[in-house]
Order: sequence, then structure tokens, then C-alpha cells
Amino acid sequence: MSAARVGVVTFPGTLDDQDAARAVRLVGAEAVPLWHADHDLKGVDAVFLPGGFSYGDYLRCGAISRFAPLMDELIPAAKAGLPVLGTCNGFQILCEAHLLPGALTRNASLHYVCRDQKLRIEQTATAWTNSFAPGQEIVLPVKHGEGRYVASDETLAALEANDQVVVRYIGNPNGSLNDIAGIRNEAGNVVGLMPHPEHAVEELVGAPSTDGLGFFTSILKKLVNA
Amino acid sequence: MSERSERPNKPATDNVKRAAETPDELMPFAELGMKQDEYDRVKEILGRRPTGSELAIYSVMWSEHCSYKSSKVHLRQFATKAPKSEALLVGMGENAGVVDIGDGWAATFKIESHNHPSYVEPHQGAATGVGGIVRDIMSMGARPIAVMDSLRFGGADAVDTRRVLPGVVEGISHYGNCLGLPNIGGEVVFDPCYIGNPLVNALCVGLLRKDQIKLATAPGPGNKVVLFGASTGPDGIGGASVLASATFEDESQAKRPAVQVGDPFMEKLLIECCLELYAADVVVGIQDLGAAGVSCATTELAAKGTGGMRVDLNLVPLRDPSLLPEEILMSESQERMMAVVRPDDIPAFMAICEKWDVPATVIGEVTDTGRLVMTWDGEVIVDIPPGTAADEGPVYERPYHEPVGQAALNADTPDRLERPADLRATLLQLLGSPNLASKEWVTSQYDRYVRSNTVLAQPADAGMVRISEVMAGAEPTTRGVALSTDGNGRYAKLDPYAGAQLALAEAYRNVAVTGAKPLAVTNCLNFGSPEDPEVMWQFAEAVRGLADACRTLGVPVTGGNVSFYNQTGATAINPTPVVGVLGVIEDVAKRVPSGFVGDGLRVVLLGDTREEFGGSEWAHVAHHHLGGLPPAANLEAERALATVLVEAARRGLLEGSHDLSDGGLAVALAESCLARGVGATVALPGDAFTCLFSESAGRALVVVRPEAYDEFASLCGRHDVPCYGLGYTGGSALVVEDEFSVPVEELRETHSAALPALFG
Repeated sequence: MSAARVGVVTFPGTLDDQDAARAVRLVGAEAVPLWHADHDLKGVDAVFLPGGFSYGDYLRCGAISRFAPLMDELIPAAKAGLPVLGTCNGFQILCEAHLLPGALTRNASLHYVCRDQKLRIEQTATAWTNSFAPGQEIVLPVKHGEGRYVASDETLAALEANDQVVVRYIGNPNGSLNDIAGIRNEAGNVVGLMPHPEHAVEELVGAPSTDGLGFFTSILKKLVNA
Repeated sequence: MSERSERPNKPATDNVKRAAETPDELMPFAELGMKQDEYDRVKEILGRRPTGSELAIYSVMWSEHCSYKSSKVHLRQFATKAPKSEALLVGMGENAGVVDIGDGWAATFKIESHNHPSYVEPHQGAATGVGGIVRDIMSMGARPIAVMDSLRFGGADAVDTRRVLPGVVEGISHYGNCLGLPNIGGEVVFDPCYIGNPLVNALCVGLLRKDQIKLATAPGPGNKVVLFGASTGPDGIGGASVLASATFEDESQAKRPAVQVGDPFMEKLLIECCLELYAADVVVGIQDLGAAGVSCATTELAAKGTGGMRVDLNLVPLRDPSLLPEEILMSESQERMMAVVRPDDIPAFMAICEKWDVPATVIGEVTDTGRLVMTWDGEVIVDIPPGTAADEGPVYERPYHEPVGQAALNADTPDRLERPADLRATLLQLLGSPNLASKEWVTSQYDRYVRSNTVLAQPADAGMVRISEVMAGAEPTTRGVALSTDGNGRYAKLDPYAGAQLALAEAYRNVAVTGAKPLAVTNCLNFGSPEDPEVMWQFAEAVRGLADACRTLGVPVTGGNVSFYNQTGATAINPTPVVGVLGVIEDVAKRVPSGFVGDGLRVVLLGDTREEFGGSEWAHVAHHHLGGLPPAANLEAERALATVLVEAARRGLLEGSHDLSDGGLAVALAESCLARGVGATVALPGDAFTCLFSESAGRALVVVRPEAYDEFASLCGRHDVPCYGLGYTGGSALVVEDEFSVPVEELRETHSAALPALFG
């Protein structure tokens, strides 16, 4: 059987694409570069939307990327069940594209924050978290200036009622409502989170943790069992 | 708002024909910072008066900032005294130096100041400081892989520091994070002497294959000159001569428009675009546009190439169509590069730029006339020999003498200061003082993880990055590079010769404690006005000291930057040479982490401790005293220590390490405990106060497995490095036997509370 193929998207201003591709390869999958200007998903089995400052975060984080030619292909594919993980700027793009509800706004501190963040996995019934145990505590880096998750009361209530909160902060770094660090869509194939699993996959570099590997082994498991 | 494409009173453009016809027309050379004799020399070179555009070029190129006219005669020592180094591939004089780091890889690195702009407009000043140094690294053909910042501010509790520091940090954070370069270290120092002259020194390191070095040169008549990146606007006009080289009086508000505004998004596109251009081999020569913008790029490229260039200034893409040619020449708009490209390669070059949404325009071509000729509306407005602007600027032998009062300063030793009765309280006082407290408030605003190659970052002694996935198709390697920047203005004030050596020694040691072998040096020399003979003495002494020390330690200077005029009125900053050292480690897996990494390890002090308190943190914090002499710089001992550290790391003998510097052993022990929350119990090998707080150079703290101690001690013996077993790691407190005990938690609270209390 050929390796699972995970697409890694590069927009102008994307920064963590190399990191994401390396993490994908570390778990034995194939990383397929996807270019923002192409109308082509190259037949990948899943898509990773990495962090960065796509289009300089001008106008609003993710607001321009959402209209990239590649997104014309990705949005319907995600609605049809293609597994998609967006981290940081990727999460912001997923919200702008209305694949996930709510929005990410300026941190409550008004400062960019880079730190090793304690988190709790709330949901393992997703394409990207099935390798974790429910309630498992992990450490991943956060690094963002606009990571404060906000949504209407109704949306929040629905997210909680439908078990769509995937990851929660233990010690909220940005003022996110309900300590939300990551959410999923109702189907569970689309997940967005502010922390960076791709920076916590090797002992030698990045955060002092390899907890990020779980996100990549999860998608592999999902694709192999599919 | 109405579109303004023409200024109401736009003057007729001065041209060469007109200049020849009106030899006596008064030109505003003094307003552009040029002295009468310098202006006379321009007239002599041209055989007529310069046009307005030519005056613009000469005034910026001959400014202190671009020409090094006051420092040149001293800086030559970095070349004449340079140690023989097989690693040096490109030395001083290019955009940045390049060193061979093995396995076919080369590293290029440089530190540069953006002091004056950062005082006027902290956010943009600091941001564009990062942008500028990153482009220097790009223009060598390298992929930038990390940045560091060495920052100095006025007193931590001063009102203006609350304006300058958050702005500077935010500027670095915004620009660097958006570029996708990990910020892996640096310094944050407070001293009242920097209140009107903060120092923002930015360092960037990049990697390239050693056979792919690019140079700033324009060879080959007929080759095209391409300007690419951002369009040109009115920012930073006169920045090079007015902002970077003039003392602030009190009209700094009026200078606000002279600070450039950065767009890190464009710079990120430029990085990826340039790397693709290099890979496609469509670049013959390249230069970034920094200080003095188009003036500098065209004159330097032409001077180092075939010697001539023709440029049509009307072709320069403008953000503000009302700009005059003089302003286009002086504009310091950011995120611009200039490349020399073979005509056949132009289509491929343009296609890559288009892929990355980077505007690119052919504005001229290389000639063999020996002249740089520029036209505007069909008229020749510049016709000069480019080398006269780029390389043959004025050179000054500024007078200098030892400052009045230097002897008295040196005679006022710390011997008269009362020693503390309570050493525990003194440790906590130092640990909570702004210079020694945790800098997390600053560094947590920087992305240290992006690119996933960061092996060590602040608060480690040196930053370290592995060499992985730098560019497509490169062979994997286990190697990594380590970098540290250090400086101590108080030491340099007491003795600039020794102060510069101590700055080098500390950076060198910081690289060695991580297990990396120090290879090469960059420096940023921050001083007051060179027109003050006392400042000039400090400068001359510092350069002499640094050049001598580089020779002894065997590490050549590869480049750097001089920042003069860091003074307000008659008061100059403490002389502050900041030194960056780059080292290489053969296998990053053998890097030595910072501090106490686990229980039951033997704590070992390396190097000799003498009673040296001149310029120390203790004298500064406890007594607000600055006098006497700084610690002795024993460079032979420093070299032996580094040899031991690097060899021990290679053999896997070291579990953790930490350099001893500001605050001495006491602070090093506390920081080592804080690294992973591991305590230690130690006994002191002499007078407790001296052992704990003296700042003798050439020392480090290491932890080794007990069973590895004998092998390590014999290694130390072989290199004559004194080695004292102080005790063992473990527990939840730092226990100094017969003296005191402090819970690690209390250390942490004291250490981490200071900056948030000051800056929110």
C-alpha cells in the first residue's frame, strides 16, 4: 500500500509549512506541497493548513487566504469529508472560510505570546486526535498575537453541547472563551487549533515535548483504517 | 483626498549640463551633513559643481554611517591583526562575512545597529533594523535561519523606557515573527546612560552551500540591472546622513518622517523569491538596498564590477509619484533588492518574481565606461566615477586622548564599598534587579520555534540551530551553528581596551559552553561622537583591544558596524562594543543544555576566582558604584576553557553547563537551578562573598555524572583549567553550605517578577 498523502498548503507568508511537512514525514506519511494559486489538491488524503502570516495578515488574519484559488477546491472537499487540520493561521483561515464557527481575535494581553502551553485533549473522536486518550494532558507551543477564540453565546453553547471543543488550555494564554484552544466541525474531519503540534515532534528541537506527534499519528491511523 | 502627482512648486531638475553652465550656484551641502572640504573634493572629482542628484549620492555615501570615515583607520586592525583562519571564506567589506562550517556548508552572519531610528520611533526603528540585517544575509546568497537582538535601554524605571522598550520589542516581534525567523537569543540591558540613546543591535545568521556565495558586484557590460521588491516611497529620505549620523538635540519630533516603515510580508516573499532566483542561477551580482538606498546599491555594484552603469531613474517604481530624483536616490524604503542579470536570464528572473508576487523592473544596465550615468526625463542628472562615492570617501584621523577623569575613575575602586552581611539577601537583590531578572517578558514575544531547527534559545547561553532543510536538494548533515552576543558598557567605560576583550571573551565562552567551537566574530561598536577626542579614545582603545583579543583567541572579525553619535548634548553613552561570536558543533545531538538538568549530578566550577568587583553587578545594584578596573581578561585561560568545554561535550561528559558572568557564581547557580527547577547543594572553595559575587572572567559552571568526573577532571588538568567540585544537584532549594538556602520557587518568583512589574 502506498503511503498516506497529506497535503501541506503554502500561501504567500506561510511560515510553518516546512515544519508541518517534516512532521508528516516523521510518522511515515508523504507530504505533498500544495500551492495557494493552484486549483489542485493533487488527490491528497488529508490537508494541513500551517501557521504563518498569510498575505501579511493584512485586512484580517486569514481573510485574504480564504479567497485563494486552492480554497475553492479545499472548501467543498472539506465539506465532503476530507480531513483538514488548520493550526494557528490555518485555524484562522478555517474560521474565515466558515468551515469552523467563531473567530480568532487579538490576545487579551495585546502582546504576541510564544510559550510552551499545557493543554487538555477534550475530544478524541476526530481525524486528528484519535491517538490521544480523552482528558490527556499535553504540552505544545503556542505562538500568536491573535489567538483569542470568540463566538456568540449560542455557538459556544452548541460547541459544548456537541462535544466540538477538541483542545482546551490549562492556563489560558490569550483570553479565549471557555479556554478553547481548538475545535472541530460537526463531522469531526475538520479541526482547527492555535497551538502548534508540528513544533513538538522531536526531542532535539522545538518545544520540550513530543506530544505533537499524536496529531500526525492520528491522521495516519484514520487514513489507514479508512 | 485628491491625488497629488505633481508638487505645486516642483523645482526644475538639476542636470549635468546645467551644472556645467552654473558653476557658482550654491548647493545645500551643509544641510545634507557635508563639510566644506568634503564638498570641495566632490567638485574636484567632477571638475564642476555636482548636480542635486550627485550631491545626494555623495552626501549619503560619504556620511559617517556609510563611509566609516572616522573609524576606518582603526578598523584596519581587524584585518592587519587577523588570526590565520582557514574557515574564513569572505571577510570584511562585503554585505556580511562568510565562514566555512564543514560538510560543504558556509554560514554568514552580521550584527548591525538601528539605534537612532529606534529612539525616534521605537516600533518601526527596531523592525526595520531586523529587516535590514536579514537582507544583508540574503544578499550573500544565503537563507537566513535565525535572528538575535542585543538591546540597551535607559533605567528600567525611567518614564521614557516605558515608551521605548515596549515599542522596540513589539517592532522586533512583529517583523521577525512575520518573517518566519526564530529569535534565538540576545541581551536586554538597562543603564541610565542609554536613556536618550537606546541601543538596538540586530544580528542575523544565514546558511548557504560554500560554492554558492553571491557578491555585490556588477560585471559584464550589457547585463541588466533589476530593482525588485517594494516600490520606492518618501521614507527615510536623508536617513543615512541626517538620522544615522547626527546627534539628537531636541527636535527629534521633527525627524519622525525620516524613519523607514517596514513590511515584513514583502520581506518574507523576497527571501523565498531570492532563494529561488539563486537556485535557478539567474543572478550575477546582488545587493540589498539599505542605508542610502539606490545611491548605495548602484555605486557599490558598479564600483565592484566592470566599473560602469547606466540607470534610467524614471523607471524606478514609485509609491509616491511626486518624488524628485534626489529623493529617489536617498530614499530608504525597505524590502528592496538590486540584482545584475544576464539579458538571456531576464525572462526566467521575471517569472520567479511573478510567482512570488514580487514586483521587478529593469532600470538600467552594466557598462564599461567607468561612469555611473543616470538619466531623468531624458536629461543626464548623474555622471560620476562610482568608486569615488562608494570607496574613496573621506578618511579622518580624528584626534583622541584619554578622558579627563579616567585616572580618578580607575582609582575609585570598589574596595571602599561595604560588603554585605546577608549574602542570601544580596543574591535575591541581584536576581530581582532588572539586568539579571528573567527576560521572559521580552522573549515570550518572539517566535523561537519557527522552522523547527532551534536546538537552544534564550535563556540558554547561546542560541543553536541545526542545519536541516535549508534549501532543496542539500545533503543532510549533523552539524549546527551556535551564536551569542555580549557586551558590557560599564566594563568598557572603566577600560575600553579590556571591556572590548571581555565582551568577546564572554560571547566566545557562551558559544563554547554549548559544546560548539567558536569560529568567527562580528561586532557592533556603539559610541558617542567621534568629534569628541575622549570618545574617540574609547573607540580607538576598544578596537585595539578587540583586534588583539581576536588574534589571541584565533577568531577573525568577519564584519560588523560602527554606530557613532550615541550621545545627547555633551553626554555620551558608556562605550559599548557588542560582540557576536559564531561557533559550529559537529553533531547537534551532543549539544550541552543550560543549567542543572537532573538530580545527583556533580556541580563543577571551572576557572579561577579573584576578588574582582570593578564594574560588577553587585557594585552597580547594591551601591550604584562604577569605578576601579574591570575583571582581568585572561585570553589564554579563556581559550583553554573553551577547548575543555568543546572536547568534553564531544566526549559526552557534560550533562549541563552555564557561563559565569554578570552577578558571578551566585547568579549562575540560581539560573542553573531555574533552568529545570532542580536545586543543588554546594560548598564554596574560599571567601564566601568573593566566591559568590566576583565577576572574574574565564569561568563556567558544569554538571557531570559522578562516574564521569574523573575523566573530566583529568581533561581539565591536561589543559591547566582549574576545576573545583562544589557539590551535587538535587532537591528543591539552592543550598550554599554554611551560608544560606533558598527554595527554587523563591528564586523563580524573584527572578520572574521584576520585568512584568515594570512593563505590565
